[in-house]
Amino acid sequence: MSEDSKANALVQVDHLKKYYPVRGGVLRQITAWVQAVDDVSFEIQPGETVGLVGESGCGKTTVGRTILNLIDPTDGEVFFESKNIYDLGKKELKQLRSEMQIIFQDPFASLDPRLSIADSIGQGLRIHKRGSRRERFEQVLDILNKVGLEEYHARRFPHEFSGGQRQRIGIARALALKPKFIVCDEPVSALDVSIQSQVLNLLRDLQKEFNLAYLFIAHNLSVVEHISNRVAVMYLGKIVEFATREELFREPLHPYTQALMSAVPVPNPDYERNRIILEGDVPSPLDPPSGCRFHPRCPSVMDHCKEREPEMKPHSSGSQVACWLYE
Amino acid sequence: MTENQKPLLEVKNLKTYFYTRDGIVKAVDGVDFQVKPGEVLGVVGESGCGKSVTSLSIMRLIKKPGKIMGGEVLFDGKNLLDLPEKRMVDVRGNDISIIFQQPQSSLNPVFNVGNQVSEVFRLHSNLKKNQIKKRTVGLFQQVGIPDADEKVRSYPHEMSGGQAQRVMIAMGLALDPKLLIADEPTTALDVTIQAQILDLMRALKDNQGTAMILITHDLGVIAEMADRVAVMYAGVIFEQTDVRTLFNKPLHPYTQGLLESIPALGEFKEYLTVIPGSVPSLIDLPPGCRFASRCGARTKYDLNICTEIEPTLNDLSPSHSVRCWLYQDYEGHQAILDVA
Ligand SMILES: Nc1ncnc2c1ncn2[C@@H]1O[C@H](COP(=O)(O)OP(=O)(O)OP(=O)(O)O)[C@@H](O)[C@H]1O
Ligand code: SF4
Ligand SMILES: [Mg+2]
Repeated sequence: MSEDSKANALVQVDHLKKYYPVRGGVLRQITAWVQAVDDVSFEIQPGETVGLVGESGCGKTTVGRTILNLIDPTDGEVFFESKNIYDLGKKELKQLRSEMQIIFQDPFASLDPRLSIADSIGQGLRIHKRGSRRERFEQVLDILNKVGLEEYHARRFPHEFSGGQRQRIGIARALALKPKFIVCDEPVSALDVSIQSQVLNLLRDLQKEFNLAYLFIAHNLSVVEHISNRVAVMYLGKIVEFATREELFREPLHPYTQALMSAVPVPNPDYERNRIILEGDVPSPLDPPSGCRFHPRCPSVMDHCKEREPEMKPHSSGSQVACWLYE
Repeated sequence: MTENQKPLLEVKNLKTYFYTRDGIVKAVDGVDFQVKPGEVLGVVGESGCGKSVTSLSIMRLIKKPGKIMGGEVLFDGKNLLDLPEKRMVDVRGNDISIIFQQPQSSLNPVFNVGNQVSEVFRLHSNLKKNQIKKRTVGLFQQVGIPDADEKVRSYPHEMSGGQAQRVMIAMGLALDPKLLIADEPTTALDVTIQAQILDLMRALKDNQGTAMILITHDLGVIAEMADRVAVMYAGVIFEQTDVRTLFNKPLHPYTQGLLESIPALGEFKEYLTVIPGSVPSLIDLPPGCRFASRCGARTKYDLNICTEIEPTLNDLSPSHSVRCWLYQDYEGHQAILDVA
């Protein structure tokens, strides 16, 4: 990462850590820490999509929410347009909130059941006093249209919608304030394939139209490949590889990335491959393995992997990778 | 597997409806398919199209307000829908077993997992206590649970999702069923764990010759696992054929659209092909073809019949059936495309 790209970055994440305390005993003392995110750094340029991929519990969602200042970090910094988001005043924070939005994995849980869809989507516009009542309603209809819902849906309530439709409402709500940056946390995982492609195309159109930047969190590598300019692969709280889409899918470097890629079922019955089947379960971030966190499952493990943790280092391909095979 | 082998399971015109306050949900509305001995039939379709209701109907596990309205489920030649419930209990234990998407919630949280697997033997076999214990540990080993003698004493919450699914599979296999119905068995799992479970299921098929109905919405899983595929949409089967034909030469406009709309690893496209619109409500189905409002072929060929009369699942060859007017004649209407 050059100093130049850092300076122009829309979002810059610097040595971010988030540890959750685990309490135990009668006194509810802190007995351990879950290292949900452990020293993560990357940056997002205006208008680009960074994919964040990894298995459940690896810390993807925590990264997304900490970047939005919805969760306090344990350590580290996040800059949005060069401003440190953790030391903003109230007013600046409110302004920031309109520029950074989130689309949740399960928007139903985040929609107020008592608000009509129009009111839910228009909530942000109202809080930020954008336009007259009429204008706001027009805008809501326009957004509904963009996400593939009908005007008559505006007056309905969340419980009247299917899973796919609720997801679109979540997207509509995030879009309402025309933000510069959206954290998309598994936005299409709950959608059917035929609807998923509609939404992915929609996200791309909106990106072009408004020069939006996305942090696109997903466990589905095919979707991540489709939408991302650059991709970060996470394992147990750490980024283990960071590369452009082309590089990552042309030549995955980290053994975990390779295994993840080879595990994706390919919709082609004639496709032959050497599948790498990882043994064992994903270890708990409560007590991550020593050295390289991937070492107990790694097919290429060497002795010193068990003792010393590899750092993210640039590779000749331009990618960055944290693995002793490349040092 | 030969072309004319007798099917192990034959589902004919199966209908299951739910009588809800909002109206009659025609969840399964005339489903036909076959499973031959030792083969994997993949059933693919979008959320709510009736995949789970179909499998629950085969097992006769439909609860109120649902009701099986008609059709036949022929297993080894006998119609399961006519069996007295007592005989059906035996079928469920010995002949057909089912595993579900959420392994943790399908297991009873208050019993250890070994007990739950042993229970199957206690109910459905004459094995003695120590034999049951041995078989249970053996099954745990077979499905790849490490430290099986220890793990039988674990409780469901102490297991990862992948391990819990292995337990479910162990339970499903306990009595060596002829047919295993797996309803989204890997959907809730991470991909590296999914790969482990699919590998296990492939081994079962190869080594034990267990026939399977594998229900999934993931066309990748279908391509890797299925011998034949049934594509389901809004309560009916749209297309049924062998897996290679389905992926290489799909005929139904919906199947074609579905295959084009998935992002495939290593094949970057800026925009994905979409199927416009969404699935019709099962309470208020349109007349004619259920796909008509979304179908590009209908507009291209200007087919009026599509919105008037529903096509039937038509055998275009002994191994390929399609439900679409493009390939079917009817009174004044002539098939548009010839596939012979
Ligand atoms: N108990 C019930 N009462 C009313 N309707 C029901 C009930 N169970 C299922 N349905 C309806 O039947 C239809 C088919 O449901 P089913 O669960 O079989 O879908 P599916 O294809 O398995 O979907 P998914 O991919 O989401 O699992 C749906 O419209 C569903 O809402
Ligand atoms: S019957 Fe008509 S509407 Fe239905 S899939 Fe065929 S062409 Fe399309
Ligand atoms: Mg289901």
